[in-house]
Amino acid sequence: MNIRELTIETALKRMRAGALSATELILSALENIEKYNKIYNVLLTVVDKESLLGEAKKIETSGYDKPLAGIPIVLKDLFSTKGIRTTAGSKVLKSYVPSYDATVVKKLREAGAIVIGKANQDAFAHGSTGENSDFGSTSSAYDVKYVAGGSSSGSAVAVALGMCLASTGTDTGGSVRVPASFNNLVGLKPTYGRVSRYGIIAMASSLDSVGHMTKTVYDNALLLSVTAGIDPYDATTGLQRVPDYLASLSSLKSLKGITIGVSPEYLVVGKKVTDGMNPILEKQTEEALAVFTSLGATIKEIDLPHTKDALETYYVLCPSEVSSNLGRYDGIRYGKGRDAFGLEARRRIMIGTYALSAGYYDAYYTTAQKVRSIVCQEFEKAFESVDIVFAPVSPSPSSIVGELVDDPMSLYLSDIYTVPVNLAGLAALSLPAGFVGNLPVGIQIIGKQWSEDRLYAIASSYEKKTEWYKKGPIL
Amino acid sequence: MKRIRYNLYTMTGNTSVTLSEKDVKKIATLAKLPLEEKDIPLYILQLSSILSFVSKLQDVKSDGISLRSTSQVTGLTNVFREDIIDTSRMLSQEEVLSNAHAAHEGFILVPQILAKE
Repeated sequence: MNIRELTIETALKRMRAGALSATELILSALENIEKYNKIYNVLLTVVDKESLLGEAKKIETSGYDKPLAGIPIVLKDLFSTKGIRTTAGSKVLKSYVPSYDATVVKKLREAGAIVIGKANQDAFAHGSTGENSDFGSTSSAYDVKYVAGGSSSGSAVAVALGMCLASTGTDTGGSVRVPASFNNLVGLKPTYGRVSRYGIIAMASSLDSVGHMTKTVYDNALLLSVTAGIDPYDATTGLQRVPDYLASLSSLKSLKGITIGVSPEYLVVGKKVTDGMNPILEKQTEEALAVFTSLGATIKEIDLPHTKDALETYYVLCPSEVSSNLGRYDGIRYGKGRDAFGLEARRRIMIGTYALSAGYYDAYYTTAQKVRSIVCQEFEKAFESVDIVFAPVSPSPSSIVGELVDDPMSLYLSDIYTVPVNLAGLAALSLPAGFVGNLPVGIQIIGKQWSEDRLYAIASSYEKKTEWYKKGPIL
Repeated sequence: MKRIRYNLYTMTGNTSVTLSEKDVKKIATLAKLPLEEKDIPLYILQLSSILSFVSKLQDVKSDGISLRSTSQVTGLTNVFREDIIDTSRMLSQEEVLSNAHAAHEGFILVPQILAKE
């Protein structure tokens, strides 16, 4: 038995039938960590074996009734874990050990999940490749020469390599969806406020959301049903009812009656990225769209003309909020001083400081907040006539490690399909859509706020037809 | 496999921003970031190119529409809680000090900022 061949759904079924134990599951995950962690640079901290086996034993004695009983999970290193080092991928917090668990961590533990380790990431979540980690880049599970995608880089690779069965990430401008798509996983960026952020190191507070990465849609829905909901410790959590996500999976017999919006802005193919998506992705994207049509969905052209402006808006608002949130790191109460910040964090702090400074505030920050309203309104209008919006995740597949590190601008521009979703606080799921050579490619479906149940229902039909998740990495 | 590069020229609007050495130093001071002389030329280049890119926003036509500024997207307003102590989330003094570099009799030691006079 190798945990890599399992999903949460199949592992739980076997454990509940007595054919597998939580101890065996942990041992298999540890074996994969032992084998691959050095090569792919996935986990920054691994919980010690004795305590993991102790937790597994406890589950075995109490039974597998809990929703995630005995399931090994990995957390992005932004999630505070009591007694376990939490670095944010930055040297600033190299030896910081939190005194409390984030709400999400608490909920996952209460549901029976076992935290096996903390994942590498772009420092403070600044990046879309994983290369901005102060602890070195994480490689894609599908080709060690290529980047994992970021910023939740280690979280994605840990699932793909069988170091766990699910992981948490954060998505401020695509940081769950991009690494999920580069590692053939399902990645959720939930509605702003659907999942508590208490205890999670902040990047840009008006955009940050907590997401999950899993092999299948079922597993993802199961995880969200554990983590979603109001948290009195996070005033931005929404009061909206949490639907039964697992029940929603079988709520659609076909996609008849579902209208999928496709914006020409999202599907333009061009030689330059300014003109659109890399032609190399055209085939997979069109085939994914054809799957939805074959399931009965109707395609409707919609207009999202401010997509490019959304990118500029994001790169004003995000660094502004970053400069404010990272202002707390003074090296006095905890962590190292400001000289420990890496290059990308410095760039973002400086851009944000400039955009918020006297004389420039209106031209940058206020203008960006107004354009943000236009982006929100455009989506609202689109959702009057469509159920979901279809889009690629990244304009190009995973790049070779080190290829673009000196070119921050070109990396910023690759966020064009993901950041509009965060600006409008919408829900989105990235789904596997095939391969270019060995490298996985993803697409995303975007829904209204609080429509995660609808997204899961549609994604479930798509997954049954495609089953891309069955193609694991070649190791 | 070739990866497409964005063409910065076409992505930049009418506004082009070129920061001076003085600007970069001022920003670093405001952000309290230590800055080494040798890094300044790179920051001038990279920050100017990012700012030129985002400056294109100023060309977006929003005239005629009175636009609200969006800072919060789910419509929540004034979330209050009872003004009572929640002991379940309280940390002990020992826990609070556990990550400090230096502590003395229950306090965090900080570098002296005032002169002794």
